[in-house]
Amino acid sequence: MLEYSWIIPVLPLAAFLVILLFTRENRSLSAALSITAIAIGFVYATLLLFRQIGDNTIFEMKYGWIVFPTIEIQIGILVDSLTTVMLMVVTIVSLLVQIYSIGYMHGDPRYSRFFSYLSLFTFAMLGLVMANNYFMLLIFWELVGLTSYLLIGFWFEKKTASDAGKKAFITTRIGDFGFGIGICMLGLYFGTFNYLDVFHMAEHSVVPAGILTLTGILLFCGAIGKSAQFPLHVWLPDAMEGPTPVSALIHAATMVAAGVYMVARSMAIFASSPDAAVVVAWIGIITALLAATIALTQNDIKRILAYSTVSQLGYMIMALGLGSFTAGTLHLMTHGFFKASLFLCAGSVIHAIHTNDIQFMGGLRRKTPITFWSMLIASLSIAGIFPLSGFWSKDEIIAATAGHPVFKVLTLLVAFMTAFYMFRLIFLTFFGEPRDRKAYDHAHESPKTMTTPLIILSVLSICAGWVAIPWLHKGYSMFAYYHEPHHAHAHWDVMITSTIVAGAGILLAWLVYQKKLISADMIARKFKRLYTLSFRKFYFDEIYDAIIIKPILGFADYLWGFDNGLIDGIVNGLASFTLWLSRVKLWFDLHIIDGIVNGLGYSIWGIGAIIRQFQTGRVQFYGVIIMVGIVLMLVIRIV
Amino acid sequence: MDFPILSVIIFSPLVGMLVIMLLNKERHQLITWVSTLISLIPLALSCILWAYYDSSTAAMQFTERYTWIPSLSIQYFLGVDGLSVPMIFLTALLSTVSLLISFHIKERVKEYFAFFLLLECGMLGVFGALDFFLFYVFWEIMLVPMYFLIGVWGGPRKEYAAIKFFLFTLFGSVFMLVGILALYLSSTPHTLDMLELIKQGPAFAHGLQVVVWFFFFLAFAIKVPIFPFHTWLPDAHVEAPTAVSIILAGVLLKMGAYGFLRISFPMLPYGTNYFAPMLAILGVISIIYGALVSMAQKDLKKLVAYSSVSHMGFCMLGMSVFFISTEGSPHITALAGCYYQMFSHGLITGAMFLLVGVLYDRAHTREIAAFGGLGVKLPVFTAIMVTFSMASLGLPGMSGFIAEFMVFIGAFAKYKVLTGIAVIGVVLTAGYILRMVQRIFLGEFNTKWDHLTEINARETIAVVPLLILTVLLGVLPSLLLGQISATLENIVFLVVR
Repeated sequence: MLEYSWIIPVLPLAAFLVILLFTRENRSLSAALSITAIAIGFVYATLLLFRQIGDNTIFEMKYGWIVFPTIEIQIGILVDSLTTVMLMVVTIVSLLVQIYSIGYMHGDPRYSRFFSYLSLFTFAMLGLVMANNYFMLLIFWELVGLTSYLLIGFWFEKKTASDAGKKAFITTRIGDFGFGIGICMLGLYFGTFNYLDVFHMAEHSVVPAGILTLTGILLFCGAIGKSAQFPLHVWLPDAMEGPTPVSALIHAATMVAAGVYMVARSMAIFASSPDAAVVVAWIGIITALLAATIALTQNDIKRILAYSTVSQLGYMIMALGLGSFTAGTLHLMTHGFFKASLFLCAGSVIHAIHTNDIQFMGGLRRKTPITFWSMLIASLSIAGIFPLSGFWSKDEIIAATAGHPVFKVLTLLVAFMTAFYMFRLIFLTFFGEPRDRKAYDHAHESPKTMTTPLIILSVLSICAGWVAIPWLHKGYSMFAYYHEPHHAHAHWDVMITSTIVAGAGILLAWLVYQKKLISADMIARKFKRLYTLSFRKFYFDEIYDAIIIKPILGFADYLWGFDNGLIDGIVNGLASFTLWLSRVKLWFDLHIIDGIVNGLGYSIWGIGAIIRQFQTGRVQFYGVIIMVGIVLMLVIRIV
Repeated sequence: MDFPILSVIIFSPLVGMLVIMLLNKERHQLITWVSTLISLIPLALSCILWAYYDSSTAAMQFTERYTWIPSLSIQYFLGVDGLSVPMIFLTALLSTVSLLISFHIKERVKEYFAFFLLLECGMLGVFGALDFFLFYVFWEIMLVPMYFLIGVWGGPRKEYAAIKFFLFTLFGSVFMLVGILALYLSSTPHTLDMLELIKQGPAFAHGLQVVVWFFFFLAFAIKVPIFPFHTWLPDAHVEAPTAVSIILAGVLLKMGAYGFLRISFPMLPYGTNYFAPMLAILGVISIIYGALVSMAQKDLKKLVAYSSVSHMGFCMLGMSVFFISTEGSPHITALAGCYYQMFSHGLITGAMFLLVGVLYDRAHTREIAAFGGLGVKLPVFTAIMVTFSMASLGLPGMSGFIAEFMVFIGAFAKYKVLTGIAVIGVVLTAGYILRMVQRIFLGEFNTKWDHLTEINARETIAVVPLLILTVLLGVLPSLLLGQISATLENIVFLVVR
């Protein structure tokens, strides 16, 4: 069974090619192909998961792809517990999102193309989690980036959408700059890209510590880009210009988690290099805090969720940086489910009311009950309320900060803000009176293809985290771990604190947005500076535009002028100089050389002209001359 | 094999030219079809060459050797190894593609196709010649038809571009000629046999090697082109007709790189080692500089032209790294990346110029800002162009990615900082390519372009082989690497000796 697990990614690839080449005209067949491919993948992945639970060994299959005398690049697959967990998240969310898209994209003229892109994405993402080496990881890493670009800009007639696609691609490429050099470091100092070989060398100090740290940090740069970590987080909120199913699948549940996956996969490197791990942890918590702060004041429902995603990814990264493989990957899984649910709910809301702005919503729980309940469940889950999925994974993360008081305080602060902004969203969207009566009257619940995935994801938002209940005999930490399996402990203090913090956040949101006991406007006015800073997203876009994009474009123009003016100027100057030289020579020829020649001619002619005077041919003249001559000679003789 | 396959490959276009000259000059269709069909002969034979070439050895194969001018020991000497087989195939392929895209030529049709076939003969000859005199003859033969093809059938500034191209190249050729003569006179016994000169390589005095290497460098650097010898390229590319741009980018630029690997490296090992760091530095400058200047372009064709400078920079960086590891195995990763880039750039940029030409034929402008939203009107054309744009920015699954990453991984072993800077080029490339894609194909459709028609069947047939090869080489690198590895290993040994 393991030998054939490569068909999990290959099926969606086949679906992509078939749709692209043959079934573009047949919309429902295209959708059916795409969904069938991922459905089979899901079943296969489930079987793999059960096999892995029964026998938790590492399976690897590899072939030489590019073989040089000094280095070999392999193509291959690796299946272990982390792979199977990732496969489950990716296949489940992909399957549900694709089913949801049947309804959501209904009527779009590029319906078939949408499904072909989704299939291509699924292929790349599944390949990414199954690869057995860093080079393959890089390949699929770039491919998911491509599909992300294509899908963000799916409605490319909109300028904002095509801008966002471009921004996403280029920003993540900046991270890949480091990732690429990290790959080069692996090639040079490790001599291999194979995960298991690299990990073995990292754990046994085969390479110097400094090299290991640098490699780790460079690889992590890729994760900063892909998982939208500070300071490259700016692309993810803009990516919400894409269709909502895309936001759910790619920009919430799966692709953006690729960076987290990569750090988790490379745990051996970070565990062996404390310095690199510290960098990871700090980037993670800074991101979590920054994004949560921004999410507090946003009004676009999808952007709130996008900043929430950035913040939660920061959580995972931080947990991994602090050495908790289990917490990071567990939260990756639970977050995948409840965040996908949140986005699909948001899509359902937008579908109902045709706006993204929560200021124009309100009271929708009566119109869209299934969406409301699903979104409430997912929000409770992300806020970390017992006994939902998010509670268990967030507790693992908070537990991971044990011994790092700064991290602990900040983590709890983020948890508080998360609960607050999620329930701000819930209250403004679903409770109170409708603020846009007309839109409200037209609102309706989404079709079954859209609500069914919501219900399934709600169940997962509740239950997926139960695998990590500490009292289980064989819980998550006995299955997915770095180094040694370990029993989870019940951290009573953490559980109680986190519940209080989350409850406080929800309570505050309730007071402000439901009871209106505290005026949001008044707070905003009172802390105007802070409010504006958060509302304008700390001006990252403006700053980047001013200090990076504009200068580069300006420099490009300058260089173009330089190329045209100086370099080509020299060439043309040389040519002109040669021409000028030839003109000088021409003048010289005409006036000097020819002048001499002609001058000689002229002088001979002139002399001749003078001499000719004496040869008149008249005898009388000659006679006179002779006479004069004789007289002259006589005079001389006498004198 | 007794069949003189190389001679037939090289001279069949020449025979074709003679045939064309016998045709009635009014019969445009006939002339066009005959030349296209004739170009299939070298293409088919080069496929056979590829298939029958024994890639396990670096030795010259399919050799043909006859004495030509005995008093100067000049021979008619042809042969191929891993360096030349793929290049001959690429040349033959791009020639056919270019002829397929030349059907719109309406003036002086007969001369156009005659010149084109002569050009093809010259290009194939350069890749097959193993005698220096013969090599030089082919090298110069190319110049003449190229000059006329740009100067007669080119754009508004065609005369300027043609003369610039001609003089630039001739300038290089003169130095090459001096270099050839210097090697001839320094060899004992005097010979123009390239294999013999390679054998004598290490024996040449160091001073001589440095000087002669630099002379060859001038000739080849202009062809590649390396910064700062590149300014002929944007003018020539922009003014040339589409087919000629394809050939310029796809084949002529490769001759520079080919010259380094065939001549400078094995014949002048000391000079090569002496100048290798300069190659790396100029390569990296070309990468960054070319990318930035591309970013500033308003003319689509010029953007693609400058992107060539940047892409060939990767080639030069890869070329500069060769050594033998402590275990005694040759480090060919970077060189293989260099060669891969040569081939891949020929496919990708060739296709880019083709597509730019397709668009220009319909819209009569190449100004990027004039377009917008073409994705709605021309879905197939957009799909193809975006695919090649992605290939150009080094997306995995396409040949360019393999090339660039082999260069990076290989070059990193020797030049860490330089390679790091080169990797920035990948980000910049993404920048200017995506900006171009966005401004032409995305956004709101400009109804001014409502009359544009989709890419037609003939044009599609021309571009599809390039597309297939680009993807194939992105997925199965061993197809090309298998052909060249043994030869490149040999080159490393020759340079390091």
